[in-house]
Amino acid sequence: MQRTKDGIGFERPQIVEIRPRHRQTFRVAKKAHLTAEQMAKSQREISVSEFFAKNRHLLGFDNSSKALLTTIKEAVDNSLDACEEAGILPEIIVEIHQLEEDRYRVAIEDNGPGIVRAQIPNIFGKLLYGSKFHSRRQSRGQQGIGISAAGLYGQMTCGKGPRIWSKTKRGKMHAFEMQMDLTKNKALITKDEECAEWHRKQGTRFEIDIEASYKRGLRSVDDYIKQTAVSNPHAEIRYQPPTMEEHRVYERAVKDVPERADEIKPHPYGVELGELMKMLRNTNSRWLSGFLQEEFCRVGPKVAKEIIKEAGLGERSYPTRIAREEANKLYRAIQKTKISSPPTTCLSPIGEKRILEGLRKECDADFYSVSTRPPAVYRGNPFQIEVGIAWGKPGGDQLDVDAKGRIKKTKRKRTTDTEDLLGNADDTIRVLRFANRVPLLFQLSGCGFTKSVMQTSWKNYGLSQSKGALPVGSAVILIHMASVWVPFTSEAKEAIAPYPEILKEVKLALQEAGRKLGVHIRKGKKVASEFQKRSYIEKYLPHVGIGLQEILNISIEEREEVVEALRETMETTRKI
Amino acid sequence: MAAKKKVVKKVAKKVTKKVVKKTTKKTVAKKDAKKRTVGPAEKIGKKDLKSVALISIEEVATEVLTEAKKGRLPQMSMPQRNLANVTYDPKKGFFELKGNMKTRTLDVNSVKTFAQTLRLMSLAQDMVGDDDFATKREAYYVSKNWGEAKFNEQRESDTVLDDIEGMFSVKDVTREILRFVPEEHGGSVVGALTVIDRDPETGAEIRSDCAAMGSGAYTVPSSVDHLGFETTAEFIIAIETGGMFQRLNHHRYWRTANCILVEMGGVPTRATRRFVRRLAEGLKLPVYAFVDCDPYGICNIYRTLKVGSGQAAHVNKRFCVPTATYLGVTPQDIIDFGLEDATHPLLPVDIKRAKDALKNDPFFQSYPKWKKALKQMLTMGVRAEQQAFAKWGLNFVIEEYLPVKIKQAKKFLP
Repeated sequence: MQRTKDGIGFERPQIVEIRPRHRQTFRVAKKAHLTAEQMAKSQREISVSEFFAKNRHLLGFDNSSKALLTTIKEAVDNSLDACEEAGILPEIIVEIHQLEEDRYRVAIEDNGPGIVRAQIPNIFGKLLYGSKFHSRRQSRGQQGIGISAAGLYGQMTCGKGPRIWSKTKRGKMHAFEMQMDLTKNKALITKDEECAEWHRKQGTRFEIDIEASYKRGLRSVDDYIKQTAVSNPHAEIRYQPPTMEEHRVYERAVKDVPERADEIKPHPYGVELGELMKMLRNTNSRWLSGFLQEEFCRVGPKVAKEIIKEAGLGERSYPTRIAREEANKLYRAIQKTKISSPPTTCLSPIGEKRILEGLRKECDADFYSVSTRPPAVYRGNPFQIEVGIAWGKPGGDQLDVDAKGRIKKTKRKRTTDTEDLLGNADDTIRVLRFANRVPLLFQLSGCGFTKSVMQTSWKNYGLSQSKGALPVGSAVILIHMASVWVPFTSEAKEAIAPYPEILKEVKLALQEAGRKLGVHIRKGKKVASEFQKRSYIEKYLPHVGIGLQEILNISIEEREEVVEALRETMETTRKI
Repeated sequence: MAAKKKVVKKVAKKVTKKVVKKTTKKTVAKKDAKKRTVGPAEKIGKKDLKSVALISIEEVATEVLTEAKKGRLPQMSMPQRNLANVTYDPKKGFFELKGNMKTRTLDVNSVKTFAQTLRLMSLAQDMVGDDDFATKREAYYVSKNWGEAKFNEQRESDTVLDDIEGMFSVKDVTREILRFVPEEHGGSVVGALTVIDRDPETGAEIRSDCAAMGSGAYTVPSSVDHLGFETTAEFIIAIETGGMFQRLNHHRYWRTANCILVEMGGVPTRATRRFVRRLAEGLKLPVYAFVDCDPYGICNIYRTLKVGSGQAAHVNKRFCVPTATYLGVTPQDIIDFGLEDATHPLLPVDIKRAKDALKNDPFFQSYPKWKKALKQMLTMGVRAEQQAFAKWGLNFVIEEYLPVKIKQAKKFLP
C-alpha cells in the first residue's frame, strides 16, 4: 500500500486494492502473463501536473481561444479575491499582446496586497494549492488549480514559465521567473531580481506567454471583461486587447469594497460519510459530543445529544476510535435530526444596488429590475440568489407622459457604441450567469440557471416565449449565485449543477423581477396604444373644424380657436 | 294534361263557390270605375322641409361649436337603427322607433366619423341650397377630396349618411330632402295610370301613360313626391319578380283586370315603396302583394313593403304601404293549387329567417294569421316560387290563379 497520498493531499489508510483479480485471470494467453510484482514496477504515482498535461480540457484549456480566456479569467479572479480580502478597491489591468500568429503574451496586474516570496512558487507553480479549497467561505476561486494550470499551459506551449512581479506594502518590488516541474508538481524560481520603483504602492503582476487565439463576440475575453465589470461595479478594469492601441476602461460605479464574508464550519447536512470519517480521524476533540459541537456549525449540546442518542453511541466515545459501521450510524442519525440552517454571514451577495449600478454602467437599457432572495441552503451549503433584468434597447422613439396627461414623443439617442449585451426585440434574451461574481460563459444550455429561466413563464411578464425555450425580447437577465461552495458541473467551472433547491430559488427571484418588468412593459404598451389613438386627434380634428367652418361660415381664426379648444379638452379628459 | 286540368278546375271551382256570394258588390263597383286624380304631394311641404333641413344642419353645427368653446366634448345623438328599437302598432300600420338613442361623443375613436358627419352635412347644406343632388356613390367620391378624413369604402359613407338621416328624421327631414339619392332605380309600372311629371329644366308638364308603354314599362324615379297621378284602375298588384311582371304585362293582364302592375325586383326600394304608397293613399287603391312563398318573400319583401324596415325605421312613416295585403303565394296555396311537387325544400337560411321573424319581428307577432302561415310553411318544409304555376300551363296564373284569388281579396293575409 504505497499510495498513501491521493491527489488532494490527505492520508487515506486501509485502501483496499481496487484492481479486480479477474482481469488477470481472463487475459488472453498468447503473451506471457505478468505477475503482481512485475506489474508493481509500472505502477506509480501520477502527478497532478502530468494528469493536467494530458487532460487540459477538464480545466478549460481545450482550444486556443478558450485557453486565452481561461488564463485571463483565473488571474483576474485571483486578483479580485485578493483585493477584497485585503479591503482594497480593485484596480485591474488586463493586457493581451500578440507575439506571433498563434502566440500571445498575457499580463494581469492588480493593486492587491502582493504575495510574499515564499508563497510565490506554491501559488503560481503548484496545482491544487490554495487557501480556498478547505475554507467554507465565499470566494471566486475554489480548487487552487486555475492560475498554476495557466502557468503550466504556457510553459508547455511556449516553453517559458510565468513571470511575476510583486510588491507588498512594506517589502520591495521583486521580479520572479519560474520554471515548473511537471512530475513533482513543484515550481522553481529561476530568477529573482529586486526592482526599482513601481508605479504602485503594492500589487502583483502576472505575465505568461501562451499559445492562443484572440476572438471577439460571445464567449470571448471582451465578453468576459464586460460581464466582470457588470458583476464587480466596485472594480476598475483597464483592458488592452491586442487589436487596440488604447486601454478600454471600465469605470468604477460604486466606491465601497464588498463586505468580507465570514468563514463557517461545515453544516452537518452537507457532509458525506467519507468526509465525516475523515473529520472523526483528524479531530482534536476527545468526546464525540465535543467533536460534533466543535467541527460543525449549528450543533449545540442539545442537538449533539440528540444525534448521538439517535445513532445509539455514547456521548463520551472517543472520536478517532469510531469505526466505519458506527460512523455510518452517526451519519444516518444526522440526517434524521432536525438541525437549523447554517448561518448566512458567510455569504456576500452583490446587492440590489450594485447589480443595478453594474447593469446601468455596462448595459444601456430602458428599464431595470432587480431582486434578491433571502439565503437558502442546498446540501448544507448556504447560498443566495440575485437576479437583475435590463430591458428595452434605447434609441428610437420614447413616449413620456407629463403631469397633465399629455404624451410627448422624443427621439432617444443610443449612448454606447461598444459591444452591446442587449439583443434585438426578436432575438432570444441573453442570460448572464455569475457564480460568486465570476461570469460563466460556457455551457449555457447545460446550466441550472438556464433551466430555471426556461421553466419560468415569461408570457405573464410581457415577453414572448415558446414552450421550453428562452424568452424572446430585447432583454438581459443576470443571475448571480453567492455561496460558500458553488456546485459546478465540472472543474472548468462553466455551469451550475441543477440542485432543486437552487432551481427553486432562481425561479422565485426571476418571478419577482419579472413581475416588475411585466408592469413596466404593460404600461409601455398602454402608453403606445394611447399615443396611437391620440394621433387620430391630430389627423381628424382639423376636419371637424373645416366642417364647422363650411356650415357656419366662421372665420379661420375662430375655426382654429375651436379646434384648439377641442384638442385641449380631448387630451386632458383621457386617462392613462 | 287533360286529367290535370280537371283537377285544377275542380280546385278552382271549390274556391270560387265559396267566395262568389260575397264578392258580388265589388263587381258592381267595377262598372262605376271613375277617373281619379291626385297632384304632387310635396308642394306645400317641401319648401318648409327644405328650410327645416337647413336650420337643422346649422343647429347641429352650432351645438358642436358652443360645446367646444365651453371646453366640453360635443355630442350628436341619433336613433338606434335595428329591429330591437322598433314597435308595430297595426292601427298606425308601420314600424315606429321606440326612441332608444345612440349618442356619439367626440373622442379619439369617434373623431374621424365626427369630422366626416360634419363634412357630409356641409355637402348636404350646399346641395339643398343649390337644388342639386348627389348619389350615395357620388357622396363617397366627394370625400376623396378630404385628405385624411376621406372614406375608404362606400359602406362607411353610407353608414354616416344613414346616421345623418336618422339624426334629422325627428324633424321629418329625409335623405331625399338632404339631396342624397340612391342610384338604384325604382321599380317598373304598367297599367291604367298616367304619371304627371315636370321637365326639370323647363318646368313643363310631362304626362306618361303607363298603358302606352308597349312592351316596356314606366320606371319609378328616385324621388316621387313631385309626381301627380291619374287613374281608372281598381287595384295595384306589387310583383316580386321581373319574370312574372313580364308575363302579366305581355298578356295585358292589367287591362283585363283593370289594375296597375308594379314590379318590385326583390325588396322594394324606398322610391318604389313611396310610389305605391302615394297611389294607395291618394287614389284610394287597394294594394296586393304577389311574391314567392318563401321566408324571404314574406319576411323581407312583403314586410318591408307594408311596414318598412327595421334599419330605416326613422323614415318608415312615409316609405311603406300599410294598406297592402298579401295575395300570395301562401303556404295554403301550395295545397289548394296542387303545387306540392313544384316546391323546393327550405334551406337552413330560410328556416332561420322564418324562426327569427316569429321570435323577433313585431309585425308578424301582431298577427296570429301570419304566425299560423309561417308555422305552416315550416311544418311543410318547402317553398314555392311565383313561377311554379307554370306547372299547370304557362298562363294558368292569369287564367286561374289571380282571378280566383282576387275574388277573395278580403281574405288575404294582413
